[in-house]
Amino acid sequence: MNQLGFPILTVMVLLPLAGALLCLIWPGQGEGKAGMARVIALGTTLVTFALGILLWISYEIGGPQWQFVEYYPIFGRFAWAMGIDGIALMLIMLSVFLMPICIIASWQSIQSRVPEYMAAFLLMESLMIGVFTAQDIFLFYIFFEAGLIPMYLIIGIWGGAERIYASYKFFLYTLLGSVLMLIAMLWMVQEAGTSSIPELMTYDFPGGAQNWLWLAFFASFAVKMPMWPVHTWLPDAHVQAPTAGSVILAGVLLKMGGYGFIRFSLPMFPEASAELVWIVFGLSMVAVVYTSLVALVQKDMKKLIAYSSVAHMAFVTIGLFAFNRQGIEGAMIVMLSHGLVSGALFLCVGVIYDRLHTREIERYGGLSDNMPKYAILFMLFTMASIGLPGTSGFVGEFLALVGAYEANSWVAVVCTTGIILGAAYMLYLYWRICYGELEKEDVKAMPDLSVRELATLGPIAAVVLWMGVYPESFLAPIRDDVGTLLARIEPANPPGDAQLAMGAGMLLEAEHGDGHGGDHGGEGTH
Amino acid sequence: MIQLIVFLPLLAAIIAGLGNRMLGNFVAKILTTGALFIACALSWPIFLDFLVGGQEAYVAPVFTWIASGEMDVAWSLRVDTLTAVMLVVVTTVSALVHLYSWGYMAEDPDQPRFFAYLSLFTFAMLMLVTSNNLVQMFFGWEGVGLASYLLIGFWYKKPSANAAAIKAFVVNRVGDFGFSLGIFGTFLVFGTVSIPEILEAAPAMAGSTIGFLGYRVDTMTLLCLLLFIGAMGKSAQFGLHTWLPDAMEGPTPVSALIHAATMVTAGVFMVCRLSPMFETSDMALAVVTFFGLLTAFFAATVGTAQMDIKRVIAYSTCSQLGYMFVAAGVGAYGIAMFHLFTHAFFKALLFLGAGSVIHAMHHEQDMRHYGALRKEIPLTFWAMIIGTLAITGVGIVGVFGFAGFYSKDLIIEAAFATDSELGGVAFFTLVFAALLTSFYSWRLIFMTFFGKPRWITSEHIQHSVHKTPETAEDATGGYHPHESPWSMLVPLGVLSLGAVFAGYLFYYPFGYAEEGEIFWAGSIALDTHLLHAIHEVPTWVKYAPGAVMLTGLAIAWLAYIKYTDWPAKFVDQFRVLHAFLYNKWYIDELYNAIFVKPAFAIGRFFWKRGDKGFIDRFGPDGVSALVASGTGVAKRFQSGYLYTYALVMLIGLVAAATWAITR
Repeated sequence: MNQLGFPILTVMVLLPLAGALLCLIWPGQGEGKAGMARVIALGTTLVTFALGILLWISYEIGGPQWQFVEYYPIFGRFAWAMGIDGIALMLIMLSVFLMPICIIASWQSIQSRVPEYMAAFLLMESLMIGVFTAQDIFLFYIFFEAGLIPMYLIIGIWGGAERIYASYKFFLYTLLGSVLMLIAMLWMVQEAGTSSIPELMTYDFPGGAQNWLWLAFFASFAVKMPMWPVHTWLPDAHVQAPTAGSVILAGVLLKMGGYGFIRFSLPMFPEASAELVWIVFGLSMVAVVYTSLVALVQKDMKKLIAYSSVAHMAFVTIGLFAFNRQGIEGAMIVMLSHGLVSGALFLCVGVIYDRLHTREIERYGGLSDNMPKYAILFMLFTMASIGLPGTSGFVGEFLALVGAYEANSWVAVVCTTGIILGAAYMLYLYWRICYGELEKEDVKAMPDLSVRELATLGPIAAVVLWMGVYPESFLAPIRDDVGTLLARIEPANPPGDAQLAMGAGMLLEAEHGDGHGGDHGGEGTH
Repeated sequence: MIQLIVFLPLLAAIIAGLGNRMLGNFVAKILTTGALFIACALSWPIFLDFLVGGQEAYVAPVFTWIASGEMDVAWSLRVDTLTAVMLVVVTTVSALVHLYSWGYMAEDPDQPRFFAYLSLFTFAMLMLVTSNNLVQMFFGWEGVGLASYLLIGFWYKKPSANAAAIKAFVVNRVGDFGFSLGIFGTFLVFGTVSIPEILEAAPAMAGSTIGFLGYRVDTMTLLCLLLFIGAMGKSAQFGLHTWLPDAMEGPTPVSALIHAATMVTAGVFMVCRLSPMFETSDMALAVVTFFGLLTAFFAATVGTAQMDIKRVIAYSTCSQLGYMFVAAGVGAYGIAMFHLFTHAFFKALLFLGAGSVIHAMHHEQDMRHYGALRKEIPLTFWAMIIGTLAITGVGIVGVFGFAGFYSKDLIIEAAFATDSELGGVAFFTLVFAALLTSFYSWRLIFMTFFGKPRWITSEHIQHSVHKTPETAEDATGGYHPHESPWSMLVPLGVLSLGAVFAGYLFYYPFGYAEEGEIFWAGSIALDTHLLHAIHEVPTWVKYAPGAVMLTGLAIAWLAYIKYTDWPAKFVDQFRVLHAFLYNKWYIDELYNAIFVKPAFAIGRFFWKRGDKGFIDRFGPDGVSALVASGTGVAKRFQSGYLYTYALVMLIGLVAAATWAITR
């Protein structure tokens, strides 16, 4: 079976589901039932987290590609097939780590329909783990799309004033992508004669079909990511979602797009990926500059962080499609780091939103005075978002950009401007929230972080620093899997534009033939 | 040992920072200052070992950092001569600044935070100078940037301090943009980020070309210039200098440590550390020289017209950094480091002296409200005099001189000795800048310490004595400036020693070929031919800096002591020129108009017109308008259909999948 002797992946998928049911059917009324739902939810997520740690510890680095494999045929070709590689492992860890934090963060801020709320979150956890463990393409699809439902409910029921518009927009965007993806999946299964993801990952689809399939998947993943220009659902969804909803949305749901690229687009359609890479690069370059500038002028804290998410996710896409190890590993670290950091930033917004009930940046100011602990943690996450070396943000961005430069210098140059703009909008935000004179009476009355709030932000801060100083813990499990992926896509790798040529004179002649040498940028020493 | 030097300040910073008000001021101060003095005491023996010669360079590994394929980066501490020079500069000035801050920050309510930031800065700077690879250097680079940001904005209630802090960070990020691309490119070309390996492989790459943004360019020129953009940001070279004068919003000890002695020299350090790389591209070196001389000239001209005592010194720093880059650009890296070394002492001295003046004058920084302070604060006065003698390069050829006399004159001679056109331009520019240096330095001294008191015109003094110029009996307003406490005077004394002797004592290892070869032991590229040529320049070249120094002094004396109406007359006569200089060549205004304002305007445009006006309008909103009226959709959602809808979605999915499988 596996090294643990019990089907741990199935247990991890079903446990939160059981917790969700328990929350709903637990007898009682009103506050008593709500309290119990909170306890059940926290207990379930903590046990799931413990199982996650067990999973990580027993995962054999350098062992077989797919571990903890389970296979139970259901009917026809459809099977309950599960199994993970290092990439899935890391994303599962991210999900189960953030989940208890979400429950704690919702402890007091959610007061209506608590059992349903907790059940929605637990259902969400189930589905997220399912997405990362499924080895059957339809099982994946079900988890992937069903994940929308609890999120949709969370925004639609416990959201802010404009929640209906936001959930409608969220739904509409994702629906479009998923329909196209489903059609593509049906075709693929027909063609390859299998619905097993590992087998599909090594199946060579005909070149002509690859482009269409790639585009169909791209429609779905680009929305999830989100990439420019299908990003406009994200700011609205974030603004309307309750704090914990935003954490999961930014922390895990956005990662499903990236996971989809790694699991499907790249290994299944390597030639199409190479051929259509310009779409990814083009949209990513626009995203970095465009959304960073938009973030600069936001007046709503959550919108600002939401736009910054779009910019950060562009680093994931350029890294993945750089077709080299630094790029892909960097993209993975950006995903993990962004999950933690933007999650933490939304929690930071939640902390002060709970006190003043406004997300308007102008209403705050001078919080360093009365909330010093908050100011320190917020500063740490701000710096991690900016990508300061020593925090997780740097490692990912750096590797992704190194990879991108190898692939295309234009992409690297344009996307590196993100480090300038990112610093500008984040520091400007921090100034308006934490610095300045503390003069507004209601702001003065805000107390510093409670123990409960420290328990949500503290662990994330620790992991952000851990990942920044010793990312090896997170790179080691994915190393072999990235290697496997590279071996698969390398033959299709388009050459980079930064080709080195030795001995200026002669080779330069040859270059003239290619139409490059004519305009000589920097005069060298010859 | 090196581990202790680097990590003690970090430990102290963490304890003082997290302990903050729980620990109290005294514990935080004693911890951080103690850590720095220990680090300083451990650093000097390392430096002296290298000075004596025969000491081997070594690398102390810490642990793996980033390992991704060929990108293999480790945390490690490299110790060689170049590091050793920086170690003593950083730890000495930092220890003294810590001590100085006991007095200067005595009344601040937030002292643990201040000291924690100072120590954090020192840690980051030490990581920068001990790095054995480009990525750790970038870590230190950004770390000092963070500390600088935090310290400039230390008084976070002031809007001007916040603006200056953000400006410093963002402008430095523009530099880091180049630095980052330089690292990416270097990795692409050499397959490694280890500095020794890059430097070894660099000469073989000379003359090769690489594709960049659709052009084919000389590989080494491209890499060096990208890295140099980083150096320009950190070392405030022309174009990316705008943050440095504004950084004076921070407390004065910060200006002395970060914005004079250490952090801003990181760019010079980087160019020297990578000197074998820069040697492979004459084009890159020419650019370094050009920006160096342009900055030296630009900053010196602006310095002559400023009224804020700290801004004068800030522009002076900017200008002196230009000198260092000229030295590096003409290939005299050892001399660039020599000036960095001596400059650290006398510029820290000048800043701390200015801090002492500001402290005595109730936080007034405008020199128009000073005057006649010589008698009131004599120790500070003498410290400032020593600093001024050092920066203007006072000395007698062949006998003795103050620190700057050796290092600055060597740079000017080196520019002459290169015997190239650009070297000649650099020589004349630097000599002219030296004239301006002497003028603005003595102008500062005369306006501050000589003449008649003009104190009562200062609002700060008015607040202190509760009088206005009308009600006060004389121009002093009855205000009595007090000499600073011992904790501030001791650092001034120690730095004065440095300003007097640092040049004289270390002239030979830094300035001569034979001694230099033993001293540097291969840690920088050494052009022995140039070092010989420097000492054989014509006599008039040797005396030129001294002559212009005296001229500058004479003009300042005439204008600010003898005929005090000259400055006003000059301003009247040359209104445009004065406005141009006083407004810093209008570069801030220019940047505001072409970068800052458009960024916000474009951001707003993308948001309102792009996201809302285009994507949403033709995307989701358009769809909803097509399907039904938007309100109709919303109504159906609101009236409890949510659950049903979700259920339908799930059932639909399962049905679709089932159909696909069983068919």
